[in-house]
Amino acid sequence: MKTRSRNIYLIPYVIWIALFVVTPILLVLYYSFFDIDGQFTFENYKKFFTPVYLKMTFSSFWYAFLITVITLFISYPTAYLLTKTKHKQLWLLLIIIPSWINLLLKAYAFIGIFGTYGAANSFLGIIGIGSKQILFTDFSFIFVSVYIFLPFMILPIFNALDELNPSLVDASNDLGASRWTTFQRVIFPLTLDGVKSGCQIVFIPALSLFMLTRLISGNRVITLGTAIEQHFLVTQDWGMGATIAVFLIIAMVLIMVLTGKRKRGIL
Amino acid sequence: MKDQTIIRFEQVTKQYDDDPAVLNEVSFEIERGKFYTLLGPSGCGKTTILRLIAGFIEPSKGKIYINEKIVNDVPANKRQVNTVFQDYALFPHLNVFENVAFGLRIKKLKNNVIEQKVKEALRFVNLEGYENREIREMSGGQRQRVAIARAIVNEPEVILLDEPLSALDLKLRTEMQYELRELQRRLGITFIFVTHDQEEALAMSDEIFVLNNGIIEQSGTPTDIYDEPINRFVADFIGESNIVPGIMVKDFSVQFAGKTFECVDGGFDPNEAVEIVIRPEDLEITKPENGKLRVHVDSQLFRGVHYEISCDDQDGNEWLVHSTRKAIVGEEIGLTFDPEAIHVMRHGETEEEFDKRLEAYEEGNYEN
Repeated sequence: MKTRSRNIYLIPYVIWIALFVVTPILLVLYYSFFDIDGQFTFENYKKFFTPVYLKMTFSSFWYAFLITVITLFISYPTAYLLTKTKHKQLWLLLIIIPSWINLLLKAYAFIGIFGTYGAANSFLGIIGIGSKQILFTDFSFIFVSVYIFLPFMILPIFNALDELNPSLVDASNDLGASRWTTFQRVIFPLTLDGVKSGCQIVFIPALSLFMLTRLISGNRVITLGTAIEQHFLVTQDWGMGATIAVFLIIAMVLIMVLTGKRKRGIL
Repeated sequence: MKDQTIIRFEQVTKQYDDDPAVLNEVSFEIERGKFYTLLGPSGCGKTTILRLIAGFIEPSKGKIYINEKIVNDVPANKRQVNTVFQDYALFPHLNVFENVAFGLRIKKLKNNVIEQKVKEALRFVNLEGYENREIREMSGGQRQRVAIARAIVNEPEVILLDEPLSALDLKLRTEMQYELRELQRRLGITFIFVTHDQEEALAMSDEIFVLNNGIIEQSGTPTDIYDEPINRFVADFIGESNIVPGIMVKDFSVQFAGKTFECVDGGFDPNEAVEIVIRPEDLEITKPENGKLRVHVDSQLFRGVHYEISCDDQDGNEWLVHSTRKAIVGEEIGLTFDPEAIHVMRHGETEEEFDKRLEAYEEGNYEN
């Protein structure tokens, strides 16, 4: 009786999941078995393993990896400093606010900044380096991506650091560890869960970035996300687009499984 | 005698921003191989002293010496002291062995040396065979022992214990009191123990510092402090006491509750207003006509080993009596006590003045 009434509360959730998570995935899987003329085929999967698509996959992973690593290297010290500040919630808010602004707006703003007559180039001109091509380069793509993903990486790391029992750091010092050793042996291992979830939140969307690849890097960087978008909107080859999406989903699940394991008991 | 001193505080003050000082010009010496207790209510500065010795914080004023060297600027990781934390602060990502081995690994000792030392330390705290357990699999008492093992394995000169028993239940706490005391005797190193539990302090220590509001009110052996509290705060904080106002008519004669009694204290001005302390267990119940005091029984509680009886005298003073004999609520009874049971306290006397007065009148005694 009790379990049944509890199950009632689950209904909206189950409906939501079924309609907006399970069904789309099944549809994607279904479409991946049809070619552009609507004929059943395995051709799409064969095509995925040709050099064109493998290269695209590799470059997707490579850029996502770069973005994640750079974001991590900026976020960890930032989050660490944040936990030491007096008004940490205020600082955290200031860092999070940019993530509320629409992605497209931010992308256009960067086009303005990085453009030939933008702020970045006039600055370079002033300090004597001279105007450079900044927009439509790997650099600008990674820079803007890192900027966009920073708050998502900082937040989980900040939470992990903030929850860290400060007497553990005292204990480590007390036992003779220098600050660096304490960081290596106590602070970092105990905030690893925050780092992992931060990496997940950044790496997985970074794999399928498509808007930025076009707007900021001018399609010089072609990721799986770009390919999916092109297949669905330009070439109308829904089957191939769906096939790439299937592989992307598999990759994401793999990453979740690999990074989500090993839960240690925290006091 | 001087080389026995291991830690010395010289007028140490600790103050955060513009708040009132947490510690106010505290000076004391800690000798090698003894069990010390810092006792006081929460916020009295006892944990601050511990953190100053450990090196987690620096004094605002004054000097701290360890082995006759000023250590004000020496960071915690360079000091020969180890701490057992209130919440134990065991590393949750390491197992028991690695927790204990932490300090040794920092010192980069050889693996076989580490293994031998860790095993020995765990044997010392009766945790043999628990090496591979995770911390979360250990009970509160066991974690406590791991924390102690982690401290002693580094062979420090001083071990600091910050209310390590407060998280344990009563039975385990009493057990650990015996174990800690025993451990300190076996190791022969200095223990500095922080607690707000006066029974714990009395049971375990060689020497107690009673702290209040950032100063040391009194220091001495447990019996000194219990039998001769220097002021109302100490008398009240250490054990139960009856504190009533009185007048010191002359040396060895004190007046309170409307009568004059013989006592063993001296060195006061004639007719000086004082406070007198009588411990509840020093009061004996007798027939009203035989009693030195006549009181009215107000209420009675059964405490297991004794009855706690609350009485009123005609002057409105309240008297607490611990007796194995039962009284009847509402009846009139007599209370009797020995002259030695009366302890006289001078208003606003510092520890130094108290010691001086004690010396002066005791010398006078011997001359007679």
